[in-house]
Amino acid sequence: MGRILVLAEHNTGTLDTVTRELLAAAARLGEPAVVLLTGPGAGPALAGQLAGWGVTDVYLAESTYAGTRLTTPAVAALEAAVRLARAAGAEVSGVLIAGTIDGREVAARLCVRLTAGLISDAVDARLRDGVIVATVPVLGGAYTVEAVAKGLAVVTVRPHSIVADGIPGSVPDRDVPGGTVTAPIRLEIDAELERGRGAEIVAVHPRPASGIRPGLTEASVVVSGGRGLGSDEGFGLAGDLADLFGGAVGASRAAVEAGLCEPGLQVGQTGATVTPELYIALGISGAIQHRAGMQGAGTIIAVNKDADAPIFAVADFGVVGDVFTVVPQLIEAVVAHRAAAG
Amino acid sequence: MNIVVLVKQVPDTYGERTLREDGRIDRERGTPALDEIDERALEVALRLRETAGGEVTVLTMGPPEAVVALRKALAMGADRAVHVCDEALAGSDALQTAAVLAAAVRATAAPGAATFDLVVAGNESTDGRTAAVPAMLAERLGLPQLTFLGSVAVDAGIVTGLRITPEGTTELCAALPAVISVTEGSAQPRFPNFKGIMSARSKPLTTLTLADLADHGLVEAEAGGANSWSLVCTVTARPARAGGTVISDDGTGGSRIAAFLAAANLI
Repeated sequence: MGRILVLAEHNTGTLDTVTRELLAAAARLGEPAVVLLTGPGAGPALAGQLAGWGVTDVYLAESTYAGTRLTTPAVAALEAAVRLARAAGAEVSGVLIAGTIDGREVAARLCVRLTAGLISDAVDARLRDGVIVATVPVLGGAYTVEAVAKGLAVVTVRPHSIVADGIPGSVPDRDVPGGTVTAPIRLEIDAELERGRGAEIVAVHPRPASGIRPGLTEASVVVSGGRGLGSDEGFGLAGDLADLFGGAVGASRAAVEAGLCEPGLQVGQTGATVTPELYIALGISGAIQHRAGMQGAGTIIAVNKDADAPIFAVADFGVVGDVFTVVPQLIEAVVAHRAAAG
Repeated sequence: MNIVVLVKQVPDTYGERTLREDGRIDRERGTPALDEIDERALEVALRLRETAGGEVTVLTMGPPEAVVALRKALAMGADRAVHVCDEALAGSDALQTAAVLAAAVRATAAPGAATFDLVVAGNESTDGRTAAVPAMLAERLGLPQLTFLGSVAVDAGIVTGLRITPEGTTELCAALPAVISVTEGSAQPRFPNFKGIMSARSKPLTTLTLADLADHGLVEAEAGGANSWSLVCTVTARPARAGGTVISDDGTGGSRIAAFLAAANLI
């Protein structure tokens, strides 16, 4: 079994859950080791958290460039870890990186450095006849392909997609007391980063948490609005219904272009692909552009005044009618049902 | 300032898009179009040229039909176009594509200019959506990448931009030359006007083959799907979704949806 290197994702001193998901995938593919990149002095605490998860092998790079250069510090750390592991006689067969925007670009640059095959946006990865086979949805989920790399596989894994032991994102804590964990192997990367190649990060402005609503791609219920909602206030109807289900609000491209909501809410071929348990489309005609981003949903409900709208062809239950009379009645009925159910 | 804009011909997102059994996009079916994100990248480049002067070169790698995308870019206002076109390139993966584009960028410095100053790309193509090529190209060229930018400015040899991701925004800067990629919010692309369409016919459009790029660091024997570093082994189409019940609202539509959801344990 080859070594599988996992790039740890962390934020303000805490490991992100996606790191656990990557570790769960890595454990199925070979012998996992974590590559940890932090600012100076922050490494040991995070390595301790990894030890608590049962991770025994950690490569640690502490660098002043960790938060001040885009992409290249993580690439340098991974490259150094791969080379070190190989020098120690290990076969490195895979590198797993979170499929965030940052992670995808780290993977891309790493592939050039190591001449490795990139597998992007995997939702699963298994070992088949000793080869890493990744499952990747393409064209908005209209197809699923299995992909392999020649030689070392650099795989970006879509967050929240790895299921371990039936619970998404959970890795069983292995019974390893902190004391038996080996000390992190230190990587020196600063000399290389001084030579440049990375854009300078001047300032970071984290997005403020958007109230109580979950993210579009994580939500189990998504209520999307289309141009049929007509106005900003009309679009608020989608928000009212979403809040009733603790869901996220989405939008069609037409709604975004009409300025009814912010572009980040767009679902479809040029927006987000969502696969919630329940998807409710309000005033959305359902052009291919939109359907491609939502037809993987468990159950689809559509309300539209046009009986010929293509959204009805994919809806499990559709109502031809006015969203402004149907949705308030729906909200009332859901509230009444819940009250009756106690 | 000399700018190279990467463009790609993709199946229009408003039409049906299909995948062949070998995992490649079926370019025979579907309506080909200049990827709209690339129109925005070109718009950003044209605006930079308006303030800083210089030339805008559009570059694509693709089959002969991709020349249509280049003509549109010329009609929008690009000065020159370069088309890397060679049958041996079919099936290239992102790593191979970035190697070809890096060689082509080196080969396409404007006449008289020592080199290029800026490469502009869309943040991700609407077909592949891996967003890998701009970062890979930057690595190949040994340059910083400023990617997923919602806004860009160049002043005194420094490019600055605001990177927009779901996690927030990041202010970036780097000395030129550099590779940037822009998002959907970066610029509203102009429509080619009649004058632009007419003048596009007389603008230089160069076609390069793999052999032409051999002097710029490209290894011909490593090109094409047979030599790619990532391979698709199986392709499964998602089963078509069957439509369910559709009713006309008779005044009980909202309640009927609630009843449907209750029966499915979704309330």
